[in-house]
Parts: sequence; C-alpha cells; structure tokens
Amino acid sequence: MELTINGKTRPYGGAPTVVALLDSLNLDANRVAVEHNRAVLLKERFAATTLKDGDTLEIVQFVGGG
Amino acid sequence: MQIEINERPTEIASGTTLQQLRGAVKPEADLCIRNGFPESEDVPLAAGDRVVFIRRGEIPAAGELEALMAARHTPGVHGRIKAATVGIAGCGGLGSAVAVALARLGVGRLILADFDVVEPSNLNRQQYFIDQIGLPKALALRDNLARINPYIQVTAHCARLTAENIPPYFSSVEVLVEAFDGADQKAMLAQTFLTQVPGKPLVMGSGMAGFGPSNSIVTRRAAANLYLVGDGETEARPGEGLMAPRVGIAAHHQANAVLRLLLGEEPT
Repeated sequence: MELTINGKTRPYGGAPTVVALLDSLNLDANRVAVEHNRAVLLKERFAATTLKDGDTLEIVQFVGGG
Repeated sequence: MQIEINERPTEIASGTTLQQLRGAVKPEADLCIRNGFPESEDVPLAAGDRVVFIRRGEIPAAGELEALMAARHTPGVHGRIKAATVGIAGCGGLGSAVAVALARLGVGRLILADFDVVEPSNLNRQQYFIDQIGLPKALALRDNLARINPYIQVTAHCARLTAENIPPYFSSVEVLVEAFDGADQKAMLAQTFLTQVPGKPLVMGSGMAGFGPSNSIVTRRAAANLYLVGDGETEARPGEGLMAPRVGIAAHHQANAVLRLLLGEEPT
C-alpha cells in the first residue's frame, strides 16, 4: 500500500497498524504524536489503528529539553 | 477629531500637534509615544491616533499605569489580548520565559502548572531568583509575574500534569503552550490535549539544547492544531546542556506564535 507520511507518499509493506509503521521507521512510540487521516491518536490507539492504502499521517517526533 | 490619550478617548481640535497636546495635557512629560513609537519631533495628530505622555522616573497613578505599560505595543494589540486565556504546561526554561513575555504583553489570564520546585541548576536559564530556591515553581512564577504586570490574572497549579488533569486545568484556554522537559511527557500532552480539548491550538517546543546556530530554531505547523518550535533534533542529554540563549529563543518563538494565534494570524 501507499501512505502519505509528513507530506511524502511512499510504499509501505509492513503490518497495517500504526505501531508497526512506527517500528519500521525506528520511531519510539512513547515520543511521538500521530495524526491519522486528520485525527490525533492517543498512544493506546496505536496498536488498534489499522492503516489502509492512501491513508495520510503526520508523525511528530519529540526530543527532550525545555 | 477623536484620539486616545493614555487609552482614554478624547476629543481634540483638528490640526493639533503632538507638542501642543503635550503642553495642554502633561507639559512635564519628556516622552511622547504616538501609535506605539516614541516621537522626538513635533508631528500633526490624526483622528484615531493613540498618544501616551510619560515623565521619566515618575511613578504614575494606579489607574494610569496599565495604559502606560502598553504604550509601546502596536496599537490595538493590548485591547485584543486582554480578554484572552493562555495555558502554560510546565514552568521551566521554556514555560517561565513564555510566561514573562505573555505577562509583559498583558495577556489577561494565564494558567500555569508545574510539579517541581526551584533549584540551583534551573537558574542558568529559568526566570527565577536565588531567593526563590526551594519554592514551588508555579507559585514563584506567579509572584514574579505579579511584580511585572499586576493587571493580569494568574492561576497556578502545583501538580504533575497527567492525562487526567490536563483537560480540566486547560479546557478554558484559547491556546496551550507545552513547556515540558521529557520527550515522553511532550507526547502525552500532545495526545491528551489535541484529543480531549479539540479545536484549540497547541504550541510545543522540541530541540533547543546546546549552543548550535540560533537560526536553526524555527516555528512550523506539524499537524492541524499543533505548532512546533525548535530545531527538531538537538536533545538535552549527557554532553548537551540547556542554556538561556537557545531556550530563550525557542520560548520567544512560542510566545510570538501565541500572540499571532490570539490576533487571528497563522504563526508560520
């Protein structure tokens, strides 16, 4: 399937969940905010949220300090 | 024609100049501010002008002070933000500097929250004083803001922010500022606020450690209601400290993003 992630469309062949996508991108699920098709997800929803061809995601990765 | 003198609407004769008005209203004034800018020369006044006369060193009457404090604002800004409520989640390097900037602007109501107390290693970047070591940050910051601008209302919560208390603490804000230290806490706040208090903008900070170039710190829109300030990558970690200049740059990006949102402008 194809996903549009942070404005770029790319092929994705992994398991169709947000948690698997984050893992494939080497992102720590505890340090990101994910907007899936314009809806922000709670972390508890990462495993249960299913990805489909054509989905749009904004993934924001945070670093510590403030 | 009508102008405003010290924020009070006043009728004056057409063709009156700034210096003529000073002579009539406050001849001892040595600072004449017209529409947010100090005028060193005499200029003709126009309808709608906002004029403030100040005598340097004079402590003004209480009823006049608030208008004089906002004399250098861009005209119209103070009136528009006086009714606003802004939340600040975390009162460390980012949060304390954002709070000082928003208090000086005159944002009418600030809601602060922090669980921690002031300790010596905070003082390299946070807006506290040595005699405040040991005080809860939210209360110490409220005290400092009251000294800066007593005309704003400040609510302080001394509590660790969680998914449970973020919605009740911040449901009344127009904009929330995220000013945490830990990346996992930043993520928790973004998820909680954007899902539980929908439709309100969140201005976050990520990547302002060290002494890298100032201009690598930017404001960008990262999702529908999420604005992100920082270089995006410079993490606080062993070998990479947090210091006043870059933390201050990021904090003031956040404060200006808040101001632009309150004025109906896109921050980026």
